[in-house]
Amino acid sequence: MKTLHTMALVSIASLGLIGGAHAQTAAKGTKAEKAEKVAKVTDADIRQLIESSFTSKGPATVEGVINQDATQKACSQYPDRTKVPAPLAKKVEAAELKQVKYPADSNFIGDWKEGEKIAQNGRGMQFSDQVGGTNGANCYACHQLTKAEISFGNIGPSLYHYGKLRGNSQDVVKYTWGKIWDSNAYSACSNMPRFGHKGILTEQQIRDVMALLLDPASPVNQ
Amino acid sequence: MVTERNTRRAVTAVLATLAAAAAVVAASLSGPALAQDKTAEEIAKYRQMLAEGNPAELWEAAGEELWKKPAGPKNASLEQCDLGKGPGVTKGAYAELPRYFKDANKVMDLEQRLAYCRVTLQGLTQEEALKNPFSSAGKPSDIERLAAFVTGESRGMKMNVQLKHAEEKRVYALGQKMFYYRGGAYDFACATCHAVDGQRIRLQDLPNLMTEKGAQAAYTTWPAYRVSQGEVRTMQHRLYDCLRQQRFPEPAYGSDVITALTMFLAKNANGGTYDGPNMKR
Repeated sequence: MKTLHTMALVSIASLGLIGGAHAQTAAKGTKAEKAEKVAKVTDADIRQLIESSFTSKGPATVEGVINQDATQKACSQYPDRTKVPAPLAKKVEAAELKQVKYPADSNFIGDWKEGEKIAQNGRGMQFSDQVGGTNGANCYACHQLTKAEISFGNIGPSLYHYGKLRGNSQDVVKYTWGKIWDSNAYSACSNMPRFGHKGILTEQQIRDVMALLLDPASPVNQ
Repeated sequence: MVTERNTRRAVTAVLATLAAAAAVVAASLSGPALAQDKTAEEIAKYRQMLAEGNPAELWEAAGEELWKKPAGPKNASLEQCDLGKGPGVTKGAYAELPRYFKDANKVMDLEQRLAYCRVTLQGLTQEEALKNPFSSAGKPSDIERLAAFVTGESRGMKMNVQLKHAEEKRVYALGQKMFYYRGGAYDFACATCHAVDGQRIRLQDLPNLMTEKGAQAAYTTWPAYRVSQGEVRTMQHRLYDCLRQQRFPEPAYGSDVITALTMFLAKNANGGTYDGPNMKR
């Protein structure tokens, strides 16, 4: 009942805020393309724009934005990541998979209770954050995880019953670690940050998030 | 006329109020019981606000006063400021911004242009004209008030941003490329969250800014009175805070990256009826 009450309000919110936000991509796409044809801007133009407009602050640096790696550069061509050509996707995924570091002690699973805290925490790496602070993973921003938390986003798939549906074979464990470490290893131009590769989460934090997903006792699997 | 406008504003306010209440309630959920208490509390608050109308109207009125009041070393008002439709024309000016200005040889958004007029007409230094763009407790911002007034002068008009001048085309293209640009610690681009219909962060709906509909819904409702902040926030502030959440470094107020992104969004919103300053969570 309480949930329904809130959900009803949420529906009203959708109506009020994005009422009828349906795509008119066909018409818009043509217009945008036309504009693009008229004016070509180069990577150097963008670099100049960024350098003249931004100042490094806290953990967010100008260098971190200007010095795109190969994957960031390639993915910047595809605002809709479902349009990434298959050969490029394969290339990106192969390169990123090589970057995954698995735990040296083969200890993949930590404490799901800590994992839940990390999944709830959206702090970190913003120019308003301290350098060297503890970052969150902010999983709920994009994923459903537990039944209890109804405030979850939908940019990523639901991870409710993640472990219950997949089991915890060595393959599943290794894949899940790799996906968190470097999301692009399994899905080129993923919207998900590369938590291990970019140093957002520590190895221990990743173990704890692994537990949240895979531990049979975790609320994700209830 | 006045009644008609008030009715329309009231309807908008009802929607915004309910939406805002829902969003606040949803965002502050930590248990169902607590959520319900919060719901009642927030609804009461918004009911009151509804009866009073959109507080942004106070910013508009204060902005109009500032616009007409002689100020600065030259003791001049901003009434002769050319926002693109000739000196002193405020009606409909915002619906055509950003645009190329010959006198500055530059494409400017509203806030860059306001600073330009404060410098050229009132004699402020560039630094003075850009100071305190976002108010904080006890530090109200003249810029937010001026922007509220000028944008209010385009309410009800159709967005009509042109790409006629070569610079306008170039700035649009820059904005588009920037919108797609992935970088920083999280690999985010604007497009990461704003290129697909029906997406949410937590319970917050995200407009698809690549489409006419999505861009119109978002662009035509800024500036807005932010209920959660008790202030009117401008487009510059909206993008500043987007870039923060994108894990990009800090953009300077009035910098060209903001104007480029604004050009991209404003142009995509063409045809939409401008409805700001609005009210949002």
